[in-house]
Amino acid sequence: MSGAGRIWGLHLGLIAVLFALQFLLPAYHHGNLARIMVLASYAVGYNILFGYTGLLSLGHALFFAAGMYGMGLGIQHGGLSPAPALVLGIGAGAVVSLALGLLALRTSGVAFMIVTLMFAQAGYLTILYFGEYTRGDEGFVIQSAQRVLWGIDLSEPSNRYFAALVLFAACLLLSLWLIRRPFGRTLIAIRENEERVRMLGYDTQAHKLGAMVISGTISAAAGAFYGLLFGYAGASFGAVPHSILPLLYVLLGGAGTILGPFMGALFMFYLIDLSSGVTTAHMLIAGVALVLLTLFAPQGIMGELRRRAFGWLP
Amino acid sequence: MLATLEGSVTAAVLALTAVGLSLVFGVMRVVNIAHGEFFMLGAVIAYVLTRAISGHPAVGFAVALVVAPVLVGVLAVVADMTILKRLDYDPERTIVATIGLLYIIQQLTLMSYGPDARPVEAPFNTRLALPWFEWGENGLAMYWPWGLSTTSYKLAVIGAAVVLLCGIWAMMARTRIGLVMRATQADRDMAQAFGIPVEKVYAMVFGIGAGLAAMAAVLIVPIQQAHYLMGADPLLLSFIVVIIGGLGSLPGTVVAAILIGLSDGIISVFFSPTLAKILATLLVGLVLVFRPQGLFGTRGV
Amino acid sequence: MSDKSNSKMKSQVSSTTRRGALKTLALGAGAASLPMWARYAQASTSEPIKIGFQVHRTGIGAAYGRWYGRTTEAAVKLINEGGGINGRMVEIVAEDDGTDPKRGAEVVEKFANQHGCDVGFGTLFSHVVIGSSPRAGELKLPYFVVSEGHHVASGMLNRYTLQPGITDVKSQVQAMAPFVAENLGKKVTMIFPDFAFGHDHRDFFTAAIEAQGGEVLEHIAIPPAETSFTKYFPKIPRETEVLYHVMVGPAVLTFVKELGEFFGPSRPEIFGFIDSLEAVDIASPGLEYLEGTYFWEGNPRNAQEDQSAHDKFYREAVGVDARGASVNDPSDVSTYAHMFGCWETMHVIKAGMEAANYQGIGDRAALIEAVEAMGEMPESQAHPQGAKLFNGKTHQVFGHQYISKVEDGALKVVHKTSIEDGMYPDEVDYTTQGF
Repeated sequence: MSGAGRIWGLHLGLIAVLFALQFLLPAYHHGNLARIMVLASYAVGYNILFGYTGLLSLGHALFFAAGMYGMGLGIQHGGLSPAPALVLGIGAGAVVSLALGLLALRTSGVAFMIVTLMFAQAGYLTILYFGEYTRGDEGFVIQSAQRVLWGIDLSEPSNRYFAALVLFAACLLLSLWLIRRPFGRTLIAIRENEERVRMLGYDTQAHKLGAMVISGTISAAAGAFYGLLFGYAGASFGAVPHSILPLLYVLLGGAGTILGPFMGALFMFYLIDLSSGVTTAHMLIAGVALVLLTLFAPQGIMGELRRRAFGWLP
Repeated sequence: MLATLEGSVTAAVLALTAVGLSLVFGVMRVVNIAHGEFFMLGAVIAYVLTRAISGHPAVGFAVALVVAPVLVGVLAVVADMTILKRLDYDPERTIVATIGLLYIIQQLTLMSYGPDARPVEAPFNTRLALPWFEWGENGLAMYWPWGLSTTSYKLAVIGAAVVLLCGIWAMMARTRIGLVMRATQADRDMAQAFGIPVEKVYAMVFGIGAGLAAMAAVLIVPIQQAHYLMGADPLLLSFIVVIIGGLGSLPGTVVAAILIGLSDGIISVFFSPTLAKILATLLVGLVLVFRPQGLFGTRGV
Repeated sequence: MSDKSNSKMKSQVSSTTRRGALKTLALGAGAASLPMWARYAQASTSEPIKIGFQVHRTGIGAAYGRWYGRTTEAAVKLINEGGGINGRMVEIVAEDDGTDPKRGAEVVEKFANQHGCDVGFGTLFSHVVIGSSPRAGELKLPYFVVSEGHHVASGMLNRYTLQPGITDVKSQVQAMAPFVAENLGKKVTMIFPDFAFGHDHRDFFTAAIEAQGGEVLEHIAIPPAETSFTKYFPKIPRETEVLYHVMVGPAVLTFVKELGEFFGPSRPEIFGFIDSLEAVDIASPGLEYLEGTYFWEGNPRNAQEDQSAHDKFYREAVGVDARGASVNDPSDVSTYAHMFGCWETMHVIKAGMEAANYQGIGDRAALIEAVEAMGEMPESQAHPQGAKLFNGKTHQVFGHQYISKVEDGALKVVHKTSIEDGMYPDEVDYTTQGF
């Protein structure tokens, strides 16, 4: 009991702190944190597949873009209001991840990475191909007037912060709940030794597909919120570097830890933001971070913390 | 017809680049995402060398053709020894590390070489209008006033690639180094047990793979230009080629390179070019899903 | 076993140091950012006017970003030497946006909320403008873009986004059609990149040439990031009289060279946008065939015989020689056809701030109203490219365009369009939006 209490206490505590920070932070960091929470939600989705199930996808931008464009095109061309548009975006992510899962999960390891990369690239080119609707690489603006959800103007800073917090809290708690369920434990077992799990009579394929759809849907939710909160949908969110982004966050924060995605997003964001005042070499920093992490801290911040001090961290 | 000729040039360069990637994958079982950046480095070094060496452009070009692959190869060996070896060649961690390497190389090139696309002068470059073009035309009135032509340099690239590929085949099949590589590829532990220094072989293979990419880039750079973002396209195409050809199979890679190189132009005649790219990308994904051993390969992934 | 415990001990030792290091890092980060909030919180009128310069230092826009930077620096130097704006010096706060809309929006937030910039300025690539503009509008940061995209005048953006220093694609393309139809031919084949910028060319030019009684025989769209082009050229129909080309990105030189190899000695008339050769030396090997072809130029790269005193002054201030290359490095060719927009926009900001008697962030709305009211801008040192007409309703400026012919390896202006050639009906009235 105390174990579970401690775990829930920690995570609810983090959400409470984030809630309190809304009243304390100066404007710039207030805006940043809202953005980080949405990006961290993306990473939380990624972490379910990569961190907990052990499947390294290089194509998650496809899901993020599915959410973003499902929502954005729904508003722009479907004339939807934000609530149904969000549902449309998240639904689009679920459908796309189900389809990709059915195909890509026939492979594993390196082939899985490349298959997801290829499909995401095809998705990116598709956005460009239908430029008439998507405005291709330029993307399109979702006007402030179209971003009023149940009377709440999401272009207003504190409303935006609150919406980002709701999304992040939902994703965080969902992932925490999930991995404490038998379903989540089976995912971890698949990561450790898929063959054995199969021998024990589990349908590993169905579990992996489930993880893929949940992961993709959360990523799509992050994409849909990102578009709605920041007023823009563009093809660069579907390109390869945007697939690498959550991988970076999760590796830095700690794959297979609940808080890792958030810590990774927070650290990486400020690493780049602070360094860009000094140098333009953010790519260099990201590259060096990737290499050093794989070399010296493959478990990331939270993973190292768990290994060394807090064994109870989920 | 023109598409065929252009396709041959693409295929020749692609085959060289992809063989490097394929070699690395075949022997070391790792995927090198930074392969395209080694390609780019080859082109950039060629530019720097041809600028530094005065005299006839052919002199600088000849030097570049030797020096650039060696330099890039050495760099790759260093990367292998410092990074990949420590990862114990774990496939997934290697991918992540080489993504990091990609960013590092790209940024360093941008910071030192700059953002511009810069041309390298070809050692010789004569425009050849092809006489057999006129065969199919009925009289001069219908004469197509422009179109089919190529340059002597493009033909030379095709020739050079064929020679190089034969050389690689000879190395793999006939020399001791090739034997060692093939032994390591077949069974790493067994090779080690027989006293083959596997780690050195790995470093060497990684270096040769990168060197081949660099050499392909030196050959192509008088046709295209050296630019710090030029590595992305060859990487993607090489991937496609290696996958279609069967991961780790050298003959399959060459056949696939020719196939892709030639079909690239032909597909884009029938579809809008962007649509053609979408279809090609999807096709590669589907090939991996349904025939993971590749179209010509025999081994699984 | 002993080996294992040993390694565990070692890892504990290193863990303390690493945790210590992390802590120091975090503290350092906090220390680095804290004084910044403090520093920028209190702006007084004696402080400089801060202009947030969103610059493409990395990513695909890097070649343009460098020259945009040089032009902006030269303009600021001139303004400061002349006493600044309303007695205050101008300070450029430059941040790289990686030519990425996501980072672009973050940079705009940084300008507004952390650096306390008075205005944002200088963005070129359309997707970065469109990604950043909503945030600029919400943060009420006047956002002066130098992008030539039609996005401002199309009504997609907001009251806080203006383009007073460079004309948009729609206007440029439309102004070209009469010259092409009258002098070069009426049967046109277009080659353009297959994304939004190219689609603007396709749509606007096709409509404009049809209005002149011409037609477009074939649209050839080149996929993004393509590096070899010859395979697309056989689609050019034989009855083509004029080939219209526009290409952007790192592979432009390859594109133009392969076009030359394809045509050989016999070619149709060729009309191109200088974008296809921006930052590229026209004397590069393989480009000899361009002799006698035509280019649109936003601003003539080669100093003309009748060069105005203003262009001469501007050219020297930025450090560009008569061929359009850097005075320090003749192989470093400028983006002359576009970068004047930074110079002129900077002067528009100055004029606007002076007209509004701009004192601080509270006067941002007055600044925008002052710029909206500008209307005619005569050719001058502030507007070396030529006279302009600013449309306060659409937030877009209109101006002259140049058509140059390649003669002896130099671009010689053969036609200068009138401002009216590039005008089109308003598609939006931003002044109806509130602040």
